[in-house]
Amino acid sequence: MPNRELIIAEIPRLRRYARALTGDSSRADDLVQDTLERALARFSLWRPGNLRAWLFTVMHNIFVNQIRSAIHIDYLADDLLPDLPLRATQSDNLELRDLDRALGRLTAEQREVLLLVGLEDLSYEDAAKVIGSPVGTVMSRLSRGRERLRALLAGVELPAGARLKVVK
Amino acid sequence: MNSRPVSEEQLHAYADGRLGAAESMTVASWLAERPEVHEQVRAWREQTALLHGRFDAVMLEQVPPRLINAGRHAPLSRTLRVAAVLAWLSIGGIVGFLVRGTIGGSGSTELVTLPHEAAIAHAVYAPEVRHPVEVTADQEQHLVTWLSKRLGTPVKAPSLRGEGYELVGGRLLPGNAGPVAQFMYQDARGQRLTLYLRTDAAGNRETAFRFAQEGKVGVFYWLDGKLGYALSGEQSKADLMRVVDSVYRQLNP
Repeated sequence: MPNRELIIAEIPRLRRYARALTGDSSRADDLVQDTLERALARFSLWRPGNLRAWLFTVMHNIFVNQIRSAIHIDYLADDLLPDLPLRATQSDNLELRDLDRALGRLTAEQREVLLLVGLEDLSYEDAAKVIGSPVGTVMSRLSRGRERLRALLAGVELPAGARLKVVK
Repeated sequence: MNSRPVSEEQLHAYADGRLGAAESMTVASWLAERPEVHEQVRAWREQTALLHGRFDAVMLEQVPPRLINAGRHAPLSRTLRVAAVLAWLSIGGIVGFLVRGTIGGSGSTELVTLPHEAAIAHAVYAPEVRHPVEVTADQEQHLVTWLSKRLGTPVKAPSLRGEGYELVGGRLLPGNAGPVAQFMYQDARGQRLTLYLRTDAAGNRETAFRFAQEGKVGVFYWLDGKLGYALSGEQSKADLMRVVDSVYRQLNP
């Protein structure tokens, strides 16, 4: 059975999402690796349907567990942001870095939904399945996340202390 | 002005291009009369474009081999083991290490002390010509019984003959949290490996194999049951991995 191949074909997408979610390329790949291993181990549980959404679900569960099971610095603090390897084709570095920074200031929950819908183009229903919440929750997180991101990108200041979020 | 109110959900669906033609028209005309909301929706669309501009390139990157090979070797998913090590670390309360590890840029939590201790023990005893071990392999049963008793949990000296290594013997060492055992192996050319066992794990937990380079000494380490294991040697990482694989299989038949 080409299970493995099907899953492997999704790696680039998983990596894109994980990178945006964690803001760190090695952490992102760790997350992808964990996702792949769990998905392969539990492939028998997958019912034919949206494989991609299922993989995002597996990743979501791991991501949430990681946040819960350890003191964890959510995203990277501004001053710790490495110079991201921006490509020459990406014209406006400043803008992109602002985006990274702004994403890092959303809550992980808002970021997840915003990325699942905006970047990964999942339907609201699929996004709801991924995060294991009702569609209404998706919509409210999407709304708050988008508004917060808008404010951040527009340069609205956040209260002090919001920069480095330590989540227990 | 259109009398039917447009919900916020509809606005998002509109911004995301998920409305049918008719509904989309309705929203568009509703927005035409509300420039502020229109601007908001435009900003949402711009965010989506920004996200793609920022992250789509990741999809074109070469996929690291470790991801393509994911799930091929580990009998237990790495996920579970990582979760276990995280839980273990929080129980251990070495928050300082955790935070340091994260800020240090590794991006993931590390079980810091095990490879370091193991590498030191390796560096001290592996070059020893006359007294590399306290109890030699010809008394293997005694060695294993003794170390099991001192560590308070059954230990085994895996056979690495298949990998070309003979057991030299073992010794008891002081560790931060009590006695530690070290088994030493040697191949036909006299190259040595040490397997370091300490009882720090809080319960029946498992972690992924992790690798650390401590000077010349490479260390693979993991938790399994009540024991933390670290295999140290100056061999290549690939050679060490082969041995680790064998050790792990023998400990988890």
